[in-house]
Amino acid sequence: MKHLLDMGHLDAMQIHHLLDLTDHMVEINQRPMPKVPALRGKTVVNLFFEDSTRTRTSFDTAARRLSADVMNFAVSSSSVNKGESLRDTIETITAMGVDAFVVRHASSGAPHQITQWTTASIVNAGDGWHQHPTQALLDCYTIRTRLNRTTGFDGLHIAIVGDIKHSRVARSDVQAFNALGARVTLVAPPTLLPPDISTWPVEVSHDLDGLIGSLDVLYLLRMQRERMRDALVPSLREYTTLYGLTPARAARLQEHALVMHPGPMNRGVEMAVDPAELPGSTVLHQVANGVAVRMAVLFELLGSGGEMTADTAADSPDPSQAGPRS
Amino acid sequence: MAAQGARQVMSSDDVRRAITRIGHEIVERNHGTDGVVLVGLQRGGVWIAQQLQASLARIDGVGEVPLGALDVSFYRDDVGIRPIVPGSVTDLPGTLDGANVVLVDDVLFTGRTVRAALDALGDHGRPRTVQLAVIVDRGHRELPIRPDYVGKNLPTSRHETVVVTAAGVELA
Amino acid sequence: MTNLLITNGTVLDQQGERRADVAVADGVIVAVGTATDASDALAARQALDDAIVLDATGCIVSPGFVDLHVHLREPGREEAETIETGSRAAALGGFTAVVAMPNTDPAHDSLPTIEFVRTQAARAGLCEVAPAGCITLARAGEQLAPLGELAAAGVRLFTDDGNGVQDPALMRRALEYARPLGITLAQHCEVASLTKGAVMHEGSCCSHLGLPGWPALAEELMVHRDIELARLTGAPVHFLHLSTARSVELVRAAKAEGLPVTSEAAPHHFTLTDEMLVGFDAVYKVNPPLRTPADIAAIKAGLRDGTIDAIATDHAPHPPESKEAPLDQAPPGMLGLETALALSITELDMPLADIVAALSWKPARIAHLDARHGRPVAVGEPANLAVFDPAAEWTVVPAKLASKSRNTPYAGRTLRGKVRHTIYGGVPVVIDSVAQR
Repeated sequence: MKHLLDMGHLDAMQIHHLLDLTDHMVEINQRPMPKVPALRGKTVVNLFFEDSTRTRTSFDTAARRLSADVMNFAVSSSSVNKGESLRDTIETITAMGVDAFVVRHASSGAPHQITQWTTASIVNAGDGWHQHPTQALLDCYTIRTRLNRTTGFDGLHIAIVGDIKHSRVARSDVQAFNALGARVTLVAPPTLLPPDISTWPVEVSHDLDGLIGSLDVLYLLRMQRERMRDALVPSLREYTTLYGLTPARAARLQEHALVMHPGPMNRGVEMAVDPAELPGSTVLHQVANGVAVRMAVLFELLGSGGEMTADTAADSPDPSQAGPRS
Repeated sequence: MAAQGARQVMSSDDVRRAITRIGHEIVERNHGTDGVVLVGLQRGGVWIAQQLQASLARIDGVGEVPLGALDVSFYRDDVGIRPIVPGSVTDLPGTLDGANVVLVDDVLFTGRTVRAALDALGDHGRPRTVQLAVIVDRGHRELPIRPDYVGKNLPTSRHETVVVTAAGVELA
Repeated sequence: MTNLLITNGTVLDQQGERRADVAVADGVIVAVGTATDASDALAARQALDDAIVLDATGCIVSPGFVDLHVHLREPGREEAETIETGSRAAALGGFTAVVAMPNTDPAHDSLPTIEFVRTQAARAGLCEVAPAGCITLARAGEQLAPLGELAAAGVRLFTDDGNGVQDPALMRRALEYARPLGITLAQHCEVASLTKGAVMHEGSCCSHLGLPGWPALAEELMVHRDIELARLTGAPVHFLHLSTARSVELVRAAKAEGLPVTSEAAPHHFTLTDEMLVGFDAVYKVNPPLRTPADIAAIKAGLRDGTIDAIATDHAPHPPESKEAPLDQAPPGMLGLETALALSITELDMPLADIVAALSWKPARIAHLDARHGRPVAVGEPANLAVFDPAAEWTVVPAKLASKSRNTPYAGRTLRGKVRHTIYGGVPVVIDSVAQR
């Protein structure tokens, strides 16, 4: 795998492989000295055109724990206005000798465009409304470990609730959850759904109460205040009433059901209960595993030394398969 | 799994006897099994370490020697050069401080995996000694590493493949 | 003055198709007929010896093409295109006249700017450039531009292209005011509140890519509004770059009612779909956006039955650095002048005569340029002619285009139909596909 741009580019086998790698990274992170030399001599550049301390710190930590050198560039939109183009920025930094760019950009497709101006690997750390693949991998990892689903999500019912239209997380999650076999239902008012999702592998509902009791995972998206201005919903209060996780709804969740959120959450809006009181709340868990998932991605792109193929990824720990080694 | 033109160089009984013998040598060298921790290298060494543990239990009757598994993928010096697919997750029985660690692997070849294993062990504590047990030493060392316990010294050419299983050892 | 003999070609104009040589002297066609007729006509004027002979074997000789819709960028954005480079691209595309859109800086809302454009065009001398005037000052949609003053100076087509006139009251006033002036208002149909931040066609593809959509409705609402305003005011309305099936339907119905409406479509709207944007390449970003296969079919049907009068390129040059920006920041638009004829021949299942009509005499009439352009190829007519080989295949190489910019979405495509010679005002400005100035 050269780049990680889009969850739609990964099949189930590749996703499982990255989640298996994440298991190793979790073990490393639990050690007294959580660092391995795997990416010594590699340089990872965090290039954030949009502020996100959480995601940047997560990638930064991940790269350092694999012993990569890290450069952080926070590129304000103003420097773009000064005339420095995206291409100039990439070509300049590439010339310094870089193995991977971790790119966050407010414009959909920017990480994709960047691939034509550099030989380095690109990790999409979130682009516009388009994709956020490492968040989706993290979400899959959380579900896999919390619901003990190592082989896949067959039979799981996952609802993604809220502002699907403007959500890169939702787009990546739908592809990832579907690839792993889950049944996915999008729950939102029509104004917060993309204009045409007839080709998406999902069901659509406007009635959270009707399905909350059957869910294995309730995935709440962040509701942003500016959506009121665009007349997409009448008020936050009404949104909470219809689509928020209220105490009444929380009481109807199945005992094993997970409540997930990509953060940062709006307490009292989409999350109208104290998440600490939910048995299935995974929010902090997710942050911790975020570093491990990003370590897995960086190792796969920079450390694995070749294309992931059916041969290498399916290689099982059966000793009879062990090849020539030292 | 018999490869085309494979030649058996150790039978399943040979392998079983080698493991038993190595067990005895470990007991002799360490004056018992106190402080001994067996660490199988992912992937080929893990099952051998398990059999060694069972074998030690039969010799001395002192109960189970602690057993762990070590994956060295992230310590290899060929990261980024060839595909590296880790085996199962590293799982060690507590701290290794002061232990007599016996690294167990199936085949000793260039010595680079063992070099990586020594680095990896260091991240889990400070053993008193580290010893190395292998079923087959096939030569062609690239680093100053030698085994403490060997099932069989097997002259090979660089391009041959050695496969160790409970069913025996094949050279192809 | 230059004297020309165009030999061995087939003349095609509104009077049909016939084998004929054409003789031109002093900017006027002096003979259309046999080789003997043509050379005799020049000989009678003592003009045969120095005549330039243009071989038209295998070629169509037609009235020069008229592009209702080009952005020449000068004044204000000369890094993208100048009137000279744009005129050269036009001449190489077989165009002898183009209508220059007014979204320059300053905009075409005053006489000095109009005069500047004409002066630059005359200096280049490659084709006629008819500046379109603004409907509103600075195209801001607030206050009428001096329509009467500009009309008196010969401006005949007015538009705020790039923007639609949003306020229906203002558009009504503009049409009422325009009616006695003998001018035509042309609308860029886009209800702006429906296209805030829009990057591409609203549909399945934009939903997948996470890009704000440009709904077909935003165009259709304004087409509908302006059809009703044409009905109310009796003033003609020309619809620029129609892109949706429903727009075509609306115009078809309005024409059936006898309302004074005309329309155009751009080659990219009958050749490319929104799916092209999956690679996030801004070369495919255009306004109105690339639509669906069903829309393409409707545009083609509209061209076939005459609902859409003209093929107009919406030639919109942009330098590479601006097209390399992220999709939502990159400006919309693509080149069109040098590929319009070939795309029409390659992609439209239409008789050649109808294609030439949509490229030549029909747009000439809409632009009120029909005294000089889109005339029959006949004795006494001004010699504005295109000579093209409808069967010649060629591959689009952006670096070989005459435009100052390179933003063509057709790079590497092999197309059929190539302009061999272009004659503007009796002067061969393109000979053997090479610009002469």
